Amino acid sequence: MKNIVSLRYIWFLISLLIIVPGAIYFALYGLRTGIDFAGGALWDLHFTTKQTSDLNTEKIGEIFAANGFEGAQVQVSTIKVNGKEIASAVVRTKELSPTSPEQQQRTILAALTAVYGDVQRESLQSVGPTVSAEATRSAAIAVLGACVAILIYLTMAFSKAPNPFRYGVCAVLAMLHDVLVVLGMAAILGHFIGLEIDAYFLTALLTIISFSVHDTIVVFDRIRENLMHRRAGEAFDDIINHSIVQTLPRSINTQLTSIFTLTALLLFGGVTIRNLVLVLLIGLISGTYSSIFNAAQLLVVWEHREWRNWFRRGSAAEA
Amino acid sequence: MRNREIVPFLFIMLITALCAWIAFAPDNTWLGRDVSVRLGLDLQGGTQVLMKADGVVDKDIMATAATVIERRVNGLGVSEAIVQLSGKDRIIVELPGVRDPEQAIETLRGTGRLEFIDTKGQFLNEGTIIRTSGNPEPKVPEVDASKPVDPANPQPTVSPEVYQSITDGRDLDTRQVSLRVTNDSISAKPAVSFVFTGQSASDLATFTAANIQKPMCIVLDNVVVSCPVVQSALIGGSGEITTSTREDAEKILNQLKYGSLPITLSIESSRTVSATLGANSVQASIVAGMVGLIIVALFMIIYYRLPGVLATVALIIYTIIIYAVHKVIPITLTLSGIAGFILSIGLAVDANVLIFARLKEELRNKRSLLRAVDAGFDEAWPAIRDSSASTLITSAILFVFGNSFGVSLIKGFALTLALGIVLSLFTAVVVTRTFLRLIVRNGALQSLWLYEISNDPDLQEQSAV
Repeated sequence: MKNIVSLRYIWFLISLLIIVPGAIYFALYGLRTGIDFAGGALWDLHFTTKQTSDLNTEKIGEIFAANGFEGAQVQVSTIKVNGKEIASAVVRTKELSPTSPEQQQRTILAALTAVYGDVQRESLQSVGPTVSAEATRSAAIAVLGACVAILIYLTMAFSKAPNPFRYGVCAVLAMLHDVLVVLGMAAILGHFIGLEIDAYFLTALLTIISFSVHDTIVVFDRIRENLMHRRAGEAFDDIINHSIVQTLPRSINTQLTSIFTLTALLLFGGVTIRNLVLVLLIGLISGTYSSIFNAAQLLVVWEHREWRNWFRRGSAAEA
Repeated sequence: MRNREIVPFLFIMLITALCAWIAFAPDNTWLGRDVSVRLGLDLQGGTQVLMKADGVVDKDIMATAATVIERRVNGLGVSEAIVQLSGKDRIIVELPGVRDPEQAIETLRGTGRLEFIDTKGQFLNEGTIIRTSGNPEPKVPEVDASKPVDPANPQPTVSPEVYQSITDGRDLDTRQVSLRVTNDSISAKPAVSFVFTGQSASDLATFTAANIQKPMCIVLDNVVVSCPVVQSALIGGSGEITTSTREDAEKILNQLKYGSLPITLSIESSRTVSATLGANSVQASIVAGMVGLIIVALFMIIYYRLPGVLATVALIIYTIIIYAVHKVIPITLTLSGIAGFILSIGLAVDANVLIFARLKEELRNKRSLLRAVDAGFDEAWPAIRDSSASTLITSAILFVFGNSFGVSLIKGFALTLALGIVLSLFTAVVVTRTFLRLIVRNGALQSLWLYEISNDPDLQEQSAV
């Protein structure tokens, strides 16, 4: 197990192989933003007296259009509530009017009831343009704020190790790796299964940030300790490699317990938080990878100032 | 020397017993306090709206508006409702468990301005929106020009005529507004009686005296409620508004009694969840939480053996404490909060995994069991401290900015996660350590197999490489 550090450019390459396709999808299609960030309304309707096959997406769209909501996107599905199958439709429209949203809801529900019988409004969320713009802004501030706060904390926590600032920067780089992986995957999943970026997604992203740093710190803590007891002639690379190997059982075991709980949530938890859990799972796996295969290796790259050789040798490696 | 473990052990038992008492309190009453779990809107159903004041407002007006809305909420009889100012010009209202959210929100944000107008002998239809001298620019539901007009249900339009107000809403005596429901006759309609004071009272008396047998319209928030014919002069400024249904009467009563809103509010965002969806989510989350706990416990016991058993006990104690804390503070439990809790199980275990990994290393280095236990905890501590701190930092950021959504959704997650980190530090470090020391001192459980170290010295050599 002496290769974890020496094969670092292979690990970096693997990261790139995951990040680049995501980045391409991101560039081509962007992220599919939910109403939290894009504004609009999301109606979740249950038709208690009908089968899913009785529902016609076009007809439902027309009913919405006839009552002031043109361009409604309708998705019909069958869901299970307490063991009973219920026909449901999820409709995304523009946001409700700020002056008379109550009247709009009544009109739509009455129009739907006239065609399909009893309609239950299971949930309805409406977000106006000012609120969604603010949400987008504070999301960016939150992610940046988390980066800066962690950078400062780590630099302080590692002040006794040589070059404390490097630990902070490398931990944040490993964290940005995970953010990129998650955003890329979100772009891909958005394209294929319609995953939407909402407030839950942001919650997941910030949790991933903290867990990624959490994992990296455990490795860095070992490095800090091993550097303090450094024997004469012991190479920096060897210390790093040794530290990673020492923390490997913990990294994997912790990862496993989190995967267990998250999988339980994914399988048994409510539909509402399914996307949150899915994104968390992707992020945690990426976070474990980056803390084992990227973070400490970046310290080695920095120690040797290897970037001076990157372009001279024509190596494909990048950090 | 036993005191070193006995005192913390008793302390842990005391805390656990106290929390178990709160967690499983009969009838959810603990020391005379109601400690039932508070479920968020996403779990028990209900509605949440973010309302913005139109035009320029100041702090005092917003505070008054919030007070008026709070009184109206209480008038609706919704328990655990939240009315909160947010930023300079916004009010957040959360109404858990309301059955008709549209009606409730309409009642809350209606300005409640009661006027009598002089229609110059005209009858106006009920529900017509009109301009009055008191408020010549009423809010009208948005008319969608692109949409064909439905002849059966025409969009309301406002005629340019401005009717003269006889009374001023500020002169309404809110203490004397009351509901009158007569039971003796089926045909009798419910009514709201009111009393005007001051200038409005005398103006009303003068007008009615001069206009007997002529119509006079009662207008609430620029909507015509009724146009009764004046039978006699309203001396003293008192009168009645009759309505066709009791619900309508209650809505008017609520708006009049709890004062008029000094501002008009438009709705920026709203979230409504039905009670069935919420109940379904609670069920699913409980199952997920149990399954997650059991798998983690099995994994810890199989992999770490005796320490794993202790970690599982610590995990159960952790679950009891965090549940009790949610009940006693109380912290509103939301769906994302539950996700935060289940995630924090992983965190709680992580500290133990770190410690046990160290413990194994120390045992391989041939330390005595007791020394290895202490060394394992001491060596793992910096990593636990730093990683917990970084997670606390991000939960703090989540908590602060969770406000910008005007939703308790993200805040619940952040709060539970932060609480989980702090409590898991206690259970993973203090509880597990005390248990482990107590057991290690007890001669019966000294076999290294229990600590996942093989008794075969050769194998020990190998694994130490």
